[in-house]
Amino acid sequence: MAIDSYKWLPGSFANYYRTLSLQKAEPLPWTPLTKPIEECCFSLVTTAGLYVKGKQPPFDLDGERRNPFWSDPTYRTIPRDVKQEEIGIAHLHINNADLEADVNIALPVHRFLELEAAGEIGSLAPTHYSFMGYQAFPPNTDEWENHYGPEMAAHMKEEGVDAALLTPV
Amino acid sequence: MPVLARVIEAAGISTVVVTMMPDLAERIGVPRTVGLEFPFGHTLGHAGDREEQTEVIRDALRVLRDARQPNAVEHLPYEWPDFERWKREWHPSEPAPIIAFLIEQRRRARAGG
Repeated sequence: MAIDSYKWLPGSFANYYRTLSLQKAEPLPWTPLTKPIEECCFSLVTTAGLYVKGKQPPFDLDGERRNPFWSDPTYRTIPRDVKQEEIGIAHLHINNADLEADVNIALPVHRFLELEAAGEIGSLAPTHYSFMGYQAFPPNTDEWENHYGPEMAAHMKEEGVDAALLTPV
Repeated sequence: MPVLARVIEAAGISTVVVTMMPDLAERIGVPRTVGLEFPFGHTLGHAGDREEQTEVIRDALRVLRDARQPNAVEHLPYEWPDFERWKREWHPSEPAPIIAFLIEQRRRARAGG
């Protein structure tokens, strides 16, 4: 089966993405798993615009409102023991209501804690990561590629992470 | 997100991306991708549906384990009921600033043309 990648978009936006000229990154990096899933340490990454309320600033949505072509390229670290009520969401491009109720639809920390307890994965790392998915118009992910992404990956290595689940929203 | 997957993978950490737009991921280039037809903001399923979320995660972990070369893509047959309602409902209550700008720009172009 093949799914429709543009099913949820209004027609004009679906056409924009279908016809968007994209340069494929080649060669693609490749790191095969070297041990069973049951022994791997996992970290989670989302673009849902999550932050920890009271401890971290939200993503800079006022800046985006002032200049709609600009976006906040930073990220927030989400601890593995985060509680639902501590999660804040700063993202102007999606309906956040269900995320307010259940963070696991975008950053499945609680599901991974269950998998850890059941022995289906080795462990869940101490730290997880949220970016905010709107990255400028026309799209520009240079800051992610050259600064924030490598910084996050280095932090993952320090925590002994073997594999990452990435869930754009 | 493709760029973050590549950066993490290049650092020596295996990655798998779960996305509702696997066609874009494949065209841009991602080590491993799982695609499903869930509405934006609901990558792993319905809020409160622990079983559905866990099932999607297990599928992603299977692809993480079994993929043999980069740009591996697997489409999953999950279904999201009530398409007409959700096609509207995933949107924020107000259009994002760039969307509002583009809509207004198009309106003006039509009015002017």
